[in-house]
Amino acid sequence: MDWNFIIFSLVKIAIAIGVVQGIVMYSVLAERKISAWIQDRVGPNRTAPPFVKYIPGGIFLTRLGIFQPLADGLKFLVKEDFTPAGVKKIYFFLAPAIAVIPAMLTIAVIPFGSNLGAQKMVIADLNVGILYTFGIVSMGVYGIVLAGYAANSKYPMFGGIRSSAQMISYEISMGMSVIPVLLIVGNLNLSQIISWQSTHGWMVVYAPISFIIFMVASFAETNRTPFDLPEAETELVGGYHTEYGSMKFALFFLAEYSNMVSSSAMMVTLFFGGWTLPFWGLDHAATSLGMGIVQIFVFLAKMLFFMVVFIWVRWMFPRFRYDQLMDLGWRRFLPLALVNILITAVWLWLRG
Amino acid sequence: MAVVVNRKALTFWEKLYLPAIVGGLKVTLKHAYNTLILRKVVTMEYPEQKWTLPADYRGAPYLVKDQDGNTKCVSCQLCEFVCPPKAIRITPPGDTGQKADRTNAEKMPAEFEINMLRCIFCGFCQEVCPEEAIFLQQDYSLTALSRGELIYNKEKLLSLGGEVGGIQKWKLKLDEAKAQENFPVKL
Repeated sequence: MDWNFIIFSLVKIAIAIGVVQGIVMYSVLAERKISAWIQDRVGPNRTAPPFVKYIPGGIFLTRLGIFQPLADGLKFLVKEDFTPAGVKKIYFFLAPAIAVIPAMLTIAVIPFGSNLGAQKMVIADLNVGILYTFGIVSMGVYGIVLAGYAANSKYPMFGGIRSSAQMISYEISMGMSVIPVLLIVGNLNLSQIISWQSTHGWMVVYAPISFIIFMVASFAETNRTPFDLPEAETELVGGYHTEYGSMKFALFFLAEYSNMVSSSAMMVTLFFGGWTLPFWGLDHAATSLGMGIVQIFVFLAKMLFFMVVFIWVRWMFPRFRYDQLMDLGWRRFLPLALVNILITAVWLWLRG
Repeated sequence: MAVVVNRKALTFWEKLYLPAIVGGLKVTLKHAYNTLILRKVVTMEYPEQKWTLPADYRGAPYLVKDQDGNTKCVSCQLCEFVCPPKAIRITPPGDTGQKADRTNAEKMPAEFEINMLRCIFCGFCQEVCPEEAIFLQQDYSLTALSRGELIYNKEKLLSLGGEVGGIQKWKLKLDEAKAQENFPVKL
């Protein structure tokens, strides 16, 4: 038994989950603020504990809404945890957990930095990292379908059904879109993919079509606008989480935003060089502690950029109609992804 | 006659969605820039910023005093009777009550209450008052911790109302009548 390994792994898990939760909390705030800016509004700017106004800069932070997530979280915690009559109890309680756990698990294989000292900055450096990710991500649909089924109500049921069809359809395009990347690198390990990118340049240059398909598919996978059909507030009340309230609802929220975090992290890792930057000597694994920390921040910055894109897109597009969604998934992206694989393979074969 | 409108088929470029996506991103980015950098915000942050009210705004009705500090109200109860939501309640002094404290008034209200929860700011009381003792003023956001606090009594109404000297009503009517001597009418 290697105690060193266990302790460091636990520390890494704790920090990674903590950071992800923090990002989730503040991405809800970012969502509200960015939507406000896009719609010429101000956004949340009042919430603050009473002592804050005596601290220098406290008023500015309040205007930014920094304390809003605390209030939101508190509200979710102290609300009555209501269970409607007629729900299928076990599944009703199980569904939020099943939605959250896969969203959290994906982060395990993503290298969020090179190394600090002797420790690799990845929780599990699997050599089938990307397959693990796809395996876990596809489990996320169960939470939503189960929530839709357990609520014993029409609109959640519609939401659940829509979600199952949508997520399965886009799962395929997503998987197909990554294959060219794997062909080019010749490895399934995410750390290896990053180190390949540090010597050859970012993958988005080699496989732009893959990136576009992956990005659109990850919007669909995370149920974000323009693919938010499972929760479609305007037509399905609230979709699969109509009957949920309090902390159980918050867990679905958490799952959605954690999925956004892990999707952004995957995009950064696969197509934008992960923790590397092509200058300032950040393109190889860190040799000093400071460098290691800088690389973690580089990764976080890239990831947050994609989080902002996720939010930005939400306040721009109307929702797809269901048949358009299916059409886009099966008749546009799937053939495109297959052709992309073929072209990449032929190109590699001719070159090699 | 039926007119057939030919729908233009989308070109390949349009079918890619990309031009529309880029256009949308531009629009939202422009709005975000206007809000964040140029500070063109449509929100008015209410308790700190307030509307500039027009001079003839009809807010809450308050009693006023004349230039000598006397209560102008003579307890005629016209406003009480005209009030559509029955928000005003006047208690007259009665036979044994306090006499009027000024010469050209017969009596004074012993108590004058306006229930601000009932008041609809219609202005009938101001319109009907022969003594010009009650005016709709600029207050519109009256708050209290209980319903009882929002029944304003005479002291409160007088202290909020301020002072309006003399009686202007007939002067205005006279001016209007004079103006009608000249044709065409200008108001």
